[in-house]
Amino acid sequence: MTDAIQLLVGTRKGAWIYRSDAGRSNWRVQGPVFLGSIVNHLVLDPRDGRTLLMAASTGHLGPTIFRSTDDGATWTEAAKPPAFARSDDPRARAVDHSFWLEPGHADEPGVWWAGTSPPGLFRSADGGATWDSVAGFNDHPSYWDWCPPEAGTPDGSLLNQIVIDPRDAAHMYVATSSGGVFETLDRGATWAPLNENVRADFLPDPYPEFGQDAHYIALSPTNPDRLWQQNHCGVYRLDRPGTRWSRVGEAMPPEVGDIGFTVVPHARCAETAWVWPMDGTDVWPRTSPGGRPAAYRTRDGGASWERQDRGFPTEQGWFTVKRQAFCADDRDPVGLYLGATNGEIWMSGDEGESWRRIAAHLPEIYSVVAAPLRA
Amino acid sequence: MTQVFIPSQLTSYTGGATRVDASGATVGSVLDDLDRRFPGLKFRVVDEQDRVRRHMRLFIGRRETRSVAALLQDGDELLIFGALSGG
Repeated sequence: MTDAIQLLVGTRKGAWIYRSDAGRSNWRVQGPVFLGSIVNHLVLDPRDGRTLLMAASTGHLGPTIFRSTDDGATWTEAAKPPAFARSDDPRARAVDHSFWLEPGHADEPGVWWAGTSPPGLFRSADGGATWDSVAGFNDHPSYWDWCPPEAGTPDGSLLNQIVIDPRDAAHMYVATSSGGVFETLDRGATWAPLNENVRADFLPDPYPEFGQDAHYIALSPTNPDRLWQQNHCGVYRLDRPGTRWSRVGEAMPPEVGDIGFTVVPHARCAETAWVWPMDGTDVWPRTSPGGRPAAYRTRDGGASWERQDRGFPTEQGWFTVKRQAFCADDRDPVGLYLGATNGEIWMSGDEGESWRRIAAHLPEIYSVVAAPLRA
Repeated sequence: MTQVFIPSQLTSYTGGATRVDASGATVGSVLDDLDRRFPGLKFRVVDEQDRVRRHMRLFIGRRETRSVAALLQDGDELLIFGALSGG
């Protein structure tokens, strides 16, 4: 590995890969890859540093997974993409799109996980070539309560995220847009909700056992007992083995609020994380509050937040950053990267103190993943 | 044998061919035959519940069908189109 970074960018109209020099100063672009395809996620396998998996569909065609082992030069389609079991049930589900791809635990090479819309969990044991439905979640007796089809979400309800405990491959979390967060201790065989004290102000019971919209969850890289959550209804933190989330977003400036899509923990400091607030008032514009884009950083576990907007437009900046489009690298200082709905990529090489635009004019950006670049 | 029209969205599977021959007594079996020769093609058109995907259209000659059980007569033509949608 080198100090260089690659950004894996999924958009509404294809994928792009940006590769930096060692100083993260200059970037060269590869792409478009699969121009016209809806690419929800493009992920590098950290276990081999070379395998890329892409979740793709098109406006017309059904969903599939593509795999590359030559830095994106050539791609092979999955022989058996994620798909629900055949059923005569009138509610029988079909995968509309794969949304999240998660490399398996470091001790399980070749294993990958996928989250889909409608909410579904799938597993591959062969590097993404074939995928099987995870019955423990997809056929759980409470599935239709956890994932009601009428719950909404503009592009369809989601199992939008999969997080694996680095200490234990059997311990996983998933985030959903209609049920909140769920936890398994047995590799996905059984699941339980993990949503205590997380608000759902769009339901009759504002603090239900499940039903929350968990936009994004993240483990602290240095403390896997610390979970961050950007929820539809605020920013939360949970320190395990506790089960009760704390709404740390209440410390955000009230005129900005703590609504957003994503939260990014620091690579080396468990007390530090970033959020990207959006306007969740009245009709939910989901734009940068006040037309003044900014990240907010906490360095004390969410007790306080500081605004980081140097470099961003100071007025009339209305873009949004979606849940998979804000990320960090593990360099020192940490680099931050975000892809905006207006097709711009912004980065900070100094932990959010200042920002600069490194790409523009892309299609609407759905995901940005920062990964080390092989020498 | 059925002649199948392949839309632009699927020619990456057929090596650029827009017309290919396939065998089968139903729309589904013709798609199965295509999938054997062009792996992955069927799932892009029909989902795992055998429903034609929302933004795809199938015609037997000039007659539209959304059923993979629809019967084909020898000499029928199956036309696959991307709908005027998709965004």
